[in-house]
Amino acid sequence: MSELVIKNLHVSIENKEILKGVDLAVKQGEIHAIMGPNGTGKSTLAFTLMGHPSYMVTGGEIWFRGKNLLELATDERSRLGLFLAFQYPVAIPGVTVANFLRSAVNSRRRLVTPEDKGMPILEFRKMLKEKMELLKMDSAFAGRYLNDGFSGGEKKRTEILQMATLKPEIAILDETDSGLDIDALRIVAESVNVLSGPELGVLVITHYQRLLNYIKPQFVHIMLGGKIVESGGPDLALQLEERGYDWVREKYEETPA
Amino acid sequence: MQEKPKIVVARTRRTEAPAKTFVFTAAMVPASGVLADYRQKAWQTFNRLSLPSMTEEAWRRTDLRELPADTVHLPIDGAFRDLAPVPADLLKPLTADKHGGQVVLLPGGAKPYLSPGLINKGVIFTDLHTAERENPELVARMTGQTVSPEEGKFAALAGALSQNGVVLYIPKGVTVEQPLNSLLWGPGVDLAYLSHILVWVDEGASVTYVHEAASPDENGPALHAGIVEIKVSDNASLRFVELQSWGRHIWNFSHERVSVGRDGNLDWIFGAIGSRLTKNFSELNLVGEGATGRMSGFYFTDGYQHLDHDTQQNHLAPHTTSDLLFKGALKGHSRSVWQGMIYVAVGAAKTDGYQANRNLVLSPNARADSIPGLEILADDVRCSHGATVGKLEQEPLFYLKSRGIPEKEAERLLVEGFFDPIMQRIPYEGVRARFQQAIHEKTATQ
Repeated sequence: MSELVIKNLHVSIENKEILKGVDLAVKQGEIHAIMGPNGTGKSTLAFTLMGHPSYMVTGGEIWFRGKNLLELATDERSRLGLFLAFQYPVAIPGVTVANFLRSAVNSRRRLVTPEDKGMPILEFRKMLKEKMELLKMDSAFAGRYLNDGFSGGEKKRTEILQMATLKPEIAILDETDSGLDIDALRIVAESVNVLSGPELGVLVITHYQRLLNYIKPQFVHIMLGGKIVESGGPDLALQLEERGYDWVREKYEETPA
Repeated sequence: MQEKPKIVVARTRRTEAPAKTFVFTAAMVPASGVLADYRQKAWQTFNRLSLPSMTEEAWRRTDLRELPADTVHLPIDGAFRDLAPVPADLLKPLTADKHGGQVVLLPGGAKPYLSPGLINKGVIFTDLHTAERENPELVARMTGQTVSPEEGKFAALAGALSQNGVVLYIPKGVTVEQPLNSLLWGPGVDLAYLSHILVWVDEGASVTYVHEAASPDENGPALHAGIVEIKVSDNASLRFVELQSWGRHIWNFSHERVSVGRDGNLDWIFGAIGSRLTKNFSELNLVGEGATGRMSGFYFTDGYQHLDHDTQQNHLAPHTTSDLLFKGALKGHSRSVWQGMIYVAVGAAKTDGYQANRNLVLSPNARADSIPGLEILADDVRCSHGATVGKLEQEPLFYLKSRGIPEKEAERLLVEGFFDPIMQRIPYEGVRARFQQAIHEKTATQ
């Protein structure tokens, strides 16, 4: 069983320390939520796990499937089974969703068989069509340029489509609820639920409780000032919903902003 | 008071090698035939004009000081027998299943073919020398129809000494379904390939014509200078695909102009991936009311390649439309120049002109210059332009890599995405595939 293990992780961006010793373990089949106010390093954690070049790891370790993630390039981490659903998916004009996903699928096949010629186009189309039906997406999406002119909801659904196609073992959902109205949120959350199961570990990063009404975590963590300060069960999220973050701040912040 | 430091600049004489001179002689100018006078005049022009220098506006960004003028010779008759043969791939049709005709121009020779069906329709499609013999009046009429040897040293050179060329004539009202193809194959070093292409699509006629200039990479320089003269008559239509796949040792110069008559239509597609240095003048003259012309350019440079495209869209009649899009990517230490001008003559009202040039610079040592221009002498026109030079952005690259796509392939996808608007303008899968292949090859190398 795959496990993502983060130990005492310190991360800086432009010489400013953002993560100040994060410890966390997410197993395949588990759903974790990281909650916290804005600016506490939630997205930094997500980008660091995926190896974004702007984030400098200054201390600590990340292990995934027995491998030291910090020694792997972004694309290698992905092929190992890690997935990040972006808060702000990037538009790539001129590259269709289908073409892009085919490249991603084929790069995985080549990992197994270096001389692989790629998934035959008909087989790929059929697979993509199935995934789109599963997520109740219009098949016309496949021919559109990736995220180019997409609405907020379309972008997030496309992230989930990518997740469905690439079948990761651990998926990080970074503020997947941001910018979505309640209907779009429900659709996206249902899509995640369709995919979750014993094969998939999920780390939901969110500011608000509302996403957790749809995606039910077994573990909830509160992040503050670059650290995970509280961990607990689903009730912790409800507590935040009722009481806000102030009590956490009072409890842990030595110098309130 | 502190004295200003005095800066002394030593007067170093710029050690410029004396301009090399061509070794062509008057005896090489064909003295007989229907073009004898034209060639003689061009030869005089060639001798009168000096090599362009960087003080001239059109040549400001293209340095000819290392042009190997003194070492290039005309190929002798039958020279192709001792040189690299034409790769079979270059002879395959790109725009349909089958060619209606094909003219292969070789060093010191030519192989023309035209299907009997098109011969019966009165189509003429052959090499220049054959046409001079068999259709002298037509050749005389078409030569100088849109390009003058007076336009520059290289135009004059090609006019005077062109050993090779293509003549294409489509008679009035004839629609040619199968595309015509010509290939100028230029292997070998220290050779001067001089070509002259003449096309006339007569009233109401229509055709697709693909011309490619190509050679293998060789050790040592060679030169190509060419003229392309095209006339699209009233109500006629030409789709012209021009591919430049010269080896990286070729110094390439061309003067090209298409005139389009009343309600005529031109779709002109350029693909340039080769040569060491290219200076290309491509002009569209919309001379008849309602004429339209579209120019779509693809270029991709790497190594030390230098491609300089000078385009001009001349609206010389009312209700004319032009639309130009040139897109290029650059790697290594390569350089591209695009200099474009839309000109609207007095009285050419209700014209619609557009030009855009987009560049993607993939290496810190590559450089793209993009210089649009408008000169509008008429009222009630719509003209606009755009020019950009950009780099690959990090965030899209990271996004693609986060899906497991390796860096090189992610770069290639972004380059393909960048070129997509050009691909959308090309209705031929074969041509698109050639450009894709160039993108693959050029992005794969360091």
